[in-house]
Parts: sequence; C-alpha cells; structure tokens
Amino acid sequence: MRLVIVGHVDHGKSTLVGRLMADTDSLTTGKLDFVKNICDQQGKSFEFAFLLDALEEEQKQGITIDASQIFFKTKKRPYVIIDAPGHKEFLKNMVTGAANAEAALLLIDAYEGVQEQSRRHGYILRLLGMKQVAVVVNKMDLVDYDPEVFYKIKSEYTEFLKSMDVEAREYIPVSAKLGENLAKRSENMSWYQGPTVLEMLDQFEDKVPEINQPFRLPLQDVYKFDGRRILAGRVESGKARVGDTIIFSPSNKRGVIKSIETWKVKKEPKTIEASHSVGITLTEQIFVERGDIATLADDPPIVTTTFDASVFWMGKKHLKKGESYLIKLTTQKVECEVIRFNKAIDASTLETLPDQDFIAKNDVAELTLRTRQPIAFDLFNTIAETGRFVLVDEYDVCGGGIITGFTPLSEIDRIRDEARYRDSHWIQGAVTPDMRAYRYGHRAAMILITGKAGVGKAGLAGHLEEKLFHQNFQSYLLDGRNIQVGLGADMDQEKYFSEGEALRRFGEVAKLFVDAGHVVISTSNVFNQEDHSNISLLVEPAPIVEVQVTDDKFPRGKPEIVLTVDEAAEHESAVQRILDYLKEEKILTGHNYSI
Amino acid sequence: MDHLTELENQSVYILREAYKNFKNLAMLWSIGKDSTVLLWLARKAFFGHCPIPLVHIDTSYKIPSMIEYRDKYAQEWGLNLVVGQNKKALAEGMNHEKGRIICCEALKTQGLSQIMEQEGYTGLILGIRRDEEGTRAKERYFSPRDKNFEWNFKDQPPELWDQFKTTFAEGTHIRIHPLLHWTEINVWEYIEREEIPIIDLYFANKEGRRYRSLGCAPCTGSIESNAKNVREIIQELKNTSTAERSGRAQDQEDTYAMQKLRARGYM
Repeated sequence: MRLVIVGHVDHGKSTLVGRLMADTDSLTTGKLDFVKNICDQQGKSFEFAFLLDALEEEQKQGITIDASQIFFKTKKRPYVIIDAPGHKEFLKNMVTGAANAEAALLLIDAYEGVQEQSRRHGYILRLLGMKQVAVVVNKMDLVDYDPEVFYKIKSEYTEFLKSMDVEAREYIPVSAKLGENLAKRSENMSWYQGPTVLEMLDQFEDKVPEINQPFRLPLQDVYKFDGRRILAGRVESGKARVGDTIIFSPSNKRGVIKSIETWKVKKEPKTIEASHSVGITLTEQIFVERGDIATLADDPPIVTTTFDASVFWMGKKHLKKGESYLIKLTTQKVECEVIRFNKAIDASTLETLPDQDFIAKNDVAELTLRTRQPIAFDLFNTIAETGRFVLVDEYDVCGGGIITGFTPLSEIDRIRDEARYRDSHWIQGAVTPDMRAYRYGHRAAMILITGKAGVGKAGLAGHLEEKLFHQNFQSYLLDGRNIQVGLGADMDQEKYFSEGEALRRFGEVAKLFVDAGHVVISTSNVFNQEDHSNISLLVEPAPIVEVQVTDDKFPRGKPEIVLTVDEAAEHESAVQRILDYLKEEKILTGHNYSI
Repeated sequence: MDHLTELENQSVYILREAYKNFKNLAMLWSIGKDSTVLLWLARKAFFGHCPIPLVHIDTSYKIPSMIEYRDKYAQEWGLNLVVGQNKKALAEGMNHEKGRIICCEALKTQGLSQIMEQEGYTGLILGIRRDEEGTRAKERYFSPRDKNFEWNFKDQPPELWDQFKTTFAEGTHIRIHPLLHWTEINVWEYIEREEIPIIDLYFANKEGRRYRSLGCAPCTGSIESNAKNVREIIQELKNTSTAERSGRAQDQEDTYAMQKLRARGYM
C-alpha cells in the first residue's frame, strides 16, 4: 500500500513518519545511530524527521524539500510511505508524492490550526482522485490534549472538505513527537475512541487493477523482433484475449489479436489485463503507432479536440489562454491551448478569482482545452487512467489535470463520428487496395486544387485529369456541382450548404471513388480551408494532396504544392510538377511497379 | 497481481518509455545484483533482447571474478558491452588512499562522464533503489543532469501518473531509474523467482563471509554470513537490521557523503 503524508509546513509530517518507523522497528540500526550522531553534532535532541530529510539543506533548515519514500511493515501488509513537503514552494514535489499514492494522511497542527497548505493539499488530493483520506491532528501535547481544540479543527476542516464533496475517513488526534496514538494508544487522550494512526492505515483498502472496466491499451511502441511485429504497452483497464477484434483510436484502425508475446514466463497468459505491461501481435499488418489506444470494437474511447478539465498549475510562468502547451495523455503527445477559463480558483482559500484569463503557480482552474489534433480519452470519472493528463511548457511538466466533460458540438466531431461508424461497418470486397494499386500503377489519392475564384483552377484540374488518363492512370475529376444537382437534389440549395450536407455528401462520394482506387481531382470553390480538413477526415486513410494557386506571400494552411497564378496558367509544367510530387510520394508507382 | 509482478510491470513500462523517448541510451551494468536484475527486466521488456548497450565502468580495482562473470554473460546473452575506464587518472596513480570520495569521483563519476561523451549518450539507465540510502529515496524515475553532470536535487521535475520528463534543454542528459521502487529483499525474491544467475560473491564462502553490496575490492567489506544460496539470503535479510550499504566505505566518509557524490554525478 502506497501512502502519502501531506499538510502545511512544520505541522510534523516527517516527524510522524520517522516516529512510525521507529515504533514499528522498521529501521536499520545503522540508520538510527547515523541520525543520533548528526543530532549530537548539531546539539539537538533526537529528530525523527532526519530519518527522511536526508539532504544537508533539509537537516540544517529543518524542512522537507523533496518527497521521500520509505518502506515499513505492519502485521497486515507492507507500506511505502511518501513524505511530501509542506512548503508552498515545493508543491510540485508534494504532487509527485501524492499522485502515486493509494491513500493519504493529511496533518494539521493542533496549535496552529487549519492553514493555507492544509486547504491547498486537500484540494489537490481531490483533483488527483484520492478517495481514501484521514486527517491527523498533530501536536496535541502543545494544547494540553484539549478535546475542544480537536473538535474545532475537525468541524472547520470537515466543512472545507464538504464544499468540494469530499469526506475524510477519520480524524485522529496525536502527538507524533511523543508517539501518542500512532502505534500506541494515548493515555492523555482517553476521550478519543477512534483508531490509532497504525490501525487506520490497516483499514485503507488496496487499489485493485480495474479489470472489469472497458479494455484500454495505449500503445507505447512497436517492435520488430525475430520477424514478429509486436505492439507493446500497458493495459490501463479491462481485459482482452486472443481472437478479440480491437480498434485503435484516434487513428481508427482495426485488427484482431493473434498472439500474446512473452519472454521467460512460467505460464503463458491467455488474456491481457489491467496494469500488466504486455506485447501482442495482430493477424494482419496495419500501421498503428505510439499514442493509439486499443479498445474492444464495441466500447471505444471519446475522440475529439475540445474538452473540459480541472487543472492544477506548478509552472513558474502563468498558465495563459491562447498560449501553446503540450498535453501528454497516456502515451499521446499533442499541442494544445486553453480556449476558455471557466473558473480560476485560489487553491488555498477555494475562492474564485473573477475575470481571470490565467492562473499562477500553485492555483487551480476549471477550463476548456483544445488540441491541435484529435486525441482519445475517457472522462476521469469513468476510467481514471485514460482521463488524466499533464501539461508541458517548454521542457517541463508544469500542470496536471483531469477531464471532467465533453460535449460533441462541433461539425468536425460529428463528421469524425460518422467516419468512425462507417469505417467500422464497411464491407470489404475481395479486391484489396493493394491489388488495385498493382493493376492501376498508383495508390488512391485525392488532389484538391484550391485558391480564390478566377486563378485558373478548373483549367489546371481538367488538364491534370486528362494527362493522368493518357498515362493509363484511373483519374476522375469530381465536381461538387455535379453532386449537388444529383445527390443534393432533395435539399433546398441554401440549407444544402448551411447544414454541412454539401461537404458531407461530397466527402462520402469521394470516399467511394477512393475506395475504388482512383486518383480523384477536385476544384472545390465552395469549400473553405476548414472544410478541407473535414474532407480529409472522410477520405482517410487515402492521402490528400492540396495544390494551392495563389500570389499571396503566405499560402493558407499547409498545402503540399504552391503555384503562382502564372505558373498555374502554364498547364504543361504545372501538371508536370504535380506528377513529380505524386511520384516522389509513391502515389504514382508505375504499372506493375516497373517505373 | 502479486507484489513482484507489480514491481516488474512498472519497471518494464519505464524501460519501454526510456527506449522510445531517447535515441542514445545506455544502461549501467555494475555486475551487482541490482543492475543484473535490471538487465533481466530489459530482456523481459524487449522479448529476450537487450537493444540498449551496457556500460561497465571498470575502476581496475574491481574484484577479479566480477570481470569473469561480466564477460561470460555478455557473450552468452549477446550483449552490446561497452567498458569505460578513466585511464588518465589511473596512470597518474589514483587510488582510494588519496581519499575515498576523491577516488570515487575520479574513477567512477569521471570514468562515466568520459564514456558518455565519447559515445554520445544522452540517457543512462541505472539500477539504484529508494531504500538504499536517503538521497536516493528522493530520486525521480527520470532525473535530469545538467551539462556539468550535476543533479539539482532542490528543483526536481514533478513526476505524476507515469508521465516522465522526456524533453530537456540542449546539453542536459537524463538518468533513468527503473528499479527505484524495489527494496533489497524484492530484488532477491525476484532473483529467486526468475532463477537469474547471479555472481557467487554474494554467497557465503568457506570462511563464512559474503558480500552484501559489491564495489571495488579495497572499499567493499564482506559480512559474516552462512547464507549459501538465494533462499538463505532472503531469510537472513528478513532478520537483519544492518543497513545494506554499511560495508561501503565511501558512504561513511562524511555525513553527507552520498549527497555530495551524487550531486556531482555519482550513481
């Protein structure tokens, strides 16, 4: 059981841990003598805290700088105790300690009462999803073991926790220094009937791997060893077995588990399940990579770019709206920005900071994030492991957060859902894309010629179609207008565009041509830049090549080829450039791969 | 899931993260029990292979059978072994009589720094554990070192939810510690479970002495023991209250010896 000790600076966390170690005979003789010597040298009485605060600066200043982890044992089970620093300055070390724990003891000094970090640490524990918390009121010897003091702190802190829907498991009055109510029951506090600290620890429940949750396997890496292509990763929840069909998000690929790979195990496993680091192979070779989350086909994660989260910030610079950060969620790593601060909060008082479009170090916020590319996740309340993330600013992890909400609002989310549904229900014929590519001498692709009206897109597109045709390639010029007059004839013209049907129907028709192995050419004047990414979503995984005709210094978006209006007017050379690009990208491979 | 399997899975996860995120990675193999377990875990992570080169820092004062053991298994397991040695310091006569901390820094820390520069490594995997001593208890799984090799223990990166520090400024390198959460007994229990071949210096000899921690011959003391096999070592450890590194002379040189050594790049 991993247990973290948190609370305000000087409320006696390290002393409590040191004392617990000593009272449970968990120390090596060397260690006790070692600390005794240091204390003698510094003319101090025995400091239990020095058992953990091993750094010279920590001992000289009497504070904990970084979280320490030590091991001890009760009759029931072994423990790892994480002693977190209480200084505001070292919050990131407290978070590091607490994020890895299964239960927490929060210390409050009876003499000083509830302080800034008592509240901040309480809030952070909640954000980290900590469910097992006991509050320890320390230094009762300094207040003459007065029950009044204890009950006052208890009611004040209970109210604080209640304001964020948390309930402590227990409140325990102790004197860590004198070892009262830690391992031994205190004679001075006979008015207290509850468990001692040690008894409390044994009441916490071990975290069990979430094998009954939906299956989630984020890919860490893909290895090629001994002729096998092994997908490696750790199962974060649920379980799967050989023969199961899995889908990968956000890439939307599908595969069937062929084998579970191991090295030197006594018994070959039949299933892979939560918290195991595993390797699998698939029956077919598909291109998936680090970041993809494998799930069972009927229970995929959410895939989107925009979601709500609660975030705590540890960076030296503020977390600001509109700035670019990296989000790391499972093994995904994507650029993102805060598009809205829904509520900025001072974590030491839980007061809302009104009209603030940033948060400073040590504060927390409820906000909306948008990622540059779609990412796959679950809500934190559904599956914690795939619902939490960190934010990286420049080189450093500066924040952490949990995903609290998601509303599939935008057009792109709707189209993505459609593409996912369609792909997972698509019926594949006996002729594969590879067979078509071999026969036709090229892979399927979509070439979008973009630019303002009157720059000569149509002429260029027509020439390109013709040229490809004469070289025996399957080319087809798909005009959005032709789809509107036929497939779109059931709709009012205005609604056809405003409701996104123009784009959707165009994209789906293009998808069919692409599936038939063609090079589809289009000059969609009617679609804007944003629509292009929607079209590519519908046409995926076929490549999209954008040829932009413009005299602007900076083209819009990221076109693969940019032509000036004059260049585009020279059809022969312009078409040649496009053909060269298609060969370079191995889209045009030549008949029977002979070119 | 039993405790050893849990430890194993976490270490495998860390090794795979390291391998994916760092191009020029090496693993330190001191021939001792910890780094040999680490090597075993790497072969678990990579399905029988160890795609990461192993660096051994040879101070020339190592116990001779350590070198024999090293060469035997490097060949048997098909390892890519790289041996580093601070030849300049040795030529100038460096030894522990010049001061243990000075000697450790010259032959181990500097020896390591030289080989890292020579081979261009940007990441180094080590088998240190939190329960060994106080400063190691405060380590991270992924711990940055600056260009002077220094450990800024007062400003370590946060590490939560297994999201590790994998981006860093030019000139820094990273130390990766996949065994950080293991204890000495865990290591021996795992050796027993996996039947990992371990150097026999750890087992009691005819005079009833064995090594509990391995290092250079002049600075490593053996302990009195009758533990002749792994099972007996585990029994012995369950009943001892002596610290693991109490036979390592450099630790006792100064109250904060380990902190000082480690701040400047010692393992």
